[in-house]
Amino acid sequence: MIEIEKLQLYYGEFQALKNIRLSIPERSITAFIGPSGCGKSTLLRTLNRMNDSIPGVRIEGRVELQGKDIYSADTEVESLRKRVGMVFQQPNPFPKSIYDNVAYGPRLHGKLKKADLDELVERSLRAASLWEEVKDNLKKSALGLSGGQQQRLCIARALAVEPEVLLMDESTSALDPISTTKIEELTRELSRSYTIVMVTHNMHQAARISDRTVFFLNGEVVEAADTQMLFSSPVDQRTEDYISGRFG
Amino acid sequence: MRAKTIDRIATGVIVAVAVLIMAVLASLIGYLLFRGLPHISWHFLTSFPQAIKAGGGIGPQLFNSIFLLVLTMIITIPLGLGAGIYMSEYAKRGPITNFIRLVVEVLSSFPSIVVGLFGLLVIVNTFNLGYSLLSGALALTVFNLPMMVRLTEQSLRSVPQEQKEAGLALGMSRWKTITSVMLPVALPSIVTGTVLAAGRVFGEAAALLFTAGMSSPRLDFTDWNPLHPTSPLNPMRPAETLAVHIWKINSEGLAPDAGEIAAGASAVLVITILLFNLGARWFGRVLYRKLTASK
Ligand SMILES: Nc1ncnc2c1ncn2[C@@H]1O[C@H](COP(=O)(O)OP(=O)(O)OP(=O)(O)O)[C@@H](O)[C@H]1O
Ligand SMILES: [Mg+2]
Repeated sequence: MIEIEKLQLYYGEFQALKNIRLSIPERSITAFIGPSGCGKSTLLRTLNRMNDSIPGVRIEGRVELQGKDIYSADTEVESLRKRVGMVFQQPNPFPKSIYDNVAYGPRLHGKLKKADLDELVERSLRAASLWEEVKDNLKKSALGLSGGQQQRLCIARALAVEPEVLLMDESTSALDPISTTKIEELTRELSRSYTIVMVTHNMHQAARISDRTVFFLNGEVVEAADTQMLFSSPVDQRTEDYISGRFG
Repeated sequence: MRAKTIDRIATGVIVAVAVLIMAVLASLIGYLLFRGLPHISWHFLTSFPQAIKAGGGIGPQLFNSIFLLVLTMIITIPLGLGAGIYMSEYAKRGPITNFIRLVVEVLSSFPSIVVGLFGLLVIVNTFNLGYSLLSGALALTVFNLPMMVRLTEQSLRSVPQEQKEAGLALGMSRWKTITSVMLPVALPSIVTGTVLAAGRVFGEAAALLFTAGMSSPRLDFTDWNPLHPTSPLNPMRPAETLAVHIWKINSEGLAPDAGEIAAGASAVLVITILLFNLGARWFGRVLYRKLTASK
């Protein structure tokens, strides 16, 4: 699905990603783990080119989505981001109604009839398992929802543009345990139809829900393997040290 | 115990200062209204001024002030919004941008009499626009525009970065993110700021003395063709505004009731500006509610 080849990323003089090679399989959850500052978010954000707008960023290498380099000159960033959705660490709904939040992307990308839009909004909210909680309050402000609900709304908003890939950057770290469990279950569910790449600080979370896990250190991929393998029998000593809690 | 005492004293001082400011403001407004209100009548607001007889009004001046304000805003709002958006979203960080920002700051704190003289030299004489509403509007633009730019820039900057990224991540172009995500969030504070700036424009005198002029032609309020010299809508005619009128009759008014007229006009000016302020707050709140679907 996604193939990363010899990717180097520099913030000015500082090299944040070093020679990354990585395959991310379709319809599964890939988790990025590693100590703070090792480049997990940076790599995640290269997948939908959110780093482009940061001044001083330089990128070398290839990132292929379905066999096509997303950094090639003929790639439109807007249509790439339509295919690769993103959920952030802090829930960031627009200060608008619940309905308008979900309808935002679809309205932008094409003209839909009212009935079709209504249906898409409902489908997205159901997919984000939020529908039952908000179906009577669609016109209310999204800012009135709880943090966990807001985060699920952001997932619904991302799903409404019908992406192929969903990027999640520590999307549960600002939430309480119950909301976290909800979102974890939801993520598992979504991985049946979407390719999900998530960054997490919580190793247990990676172990619980991901199919593959990638361990980063200082801007390099140390080990990438099936989650079970990586946690039960890591190949690299540094991986073992990290997952057994000896540093990080 | 000591910290508590200090806290008490500090609180006392702050409250005293606040009360003092309130008292000064209240007595100022109270005095102006007390002196001016008795002279305000429909006749006063709509009739022409009298040079040497009593019973003159401020109709043309009031009209001029409003028209000048509208002209100024037509020039400054689009330019200010555009430049503000550029400064906050497109300008590269660096010495040039910082220099532009500095210039804008300096310009917005220019003494208005200097702006007036600049207007006389450049707009009125060099560009030969004469004493006219247009010259006045351009002079007012000189210090209103920087305020608009700063206001727009600051309002956009205060939109959370997360909101902007949310827009971009949904596949919106940069421009679309600005217009449909960031501007709606920033709009209430832009509108509030604009209306407050309008209040300042409305009360401005010094910058207008030598640009919009200190006289009005005998306006014909039945002729709305902007090309006729006595039409109220003609932007090339000289136009004495309310604030300038107050200054003029106070310093050289010959009418026996000049003092009363000045007092009445001042009250009208103050009331209008108060209304601007209250209106700005109210409108900003309504707009915020409307745009954000919050209660
Ligand atoms: N905009 C930026 N400009 C310069 N350096 C940056 C920028 N963003 C990140 N970095 C640096 O790049 C490195 C990787 O950052 P990144 O945010 O990807 O780490 P991370 O693994 O996501 O960490 P965390 O777990 O704390 O979120 C860090 O050393 C960071 O200081
Ligand atoms: Mg991070």
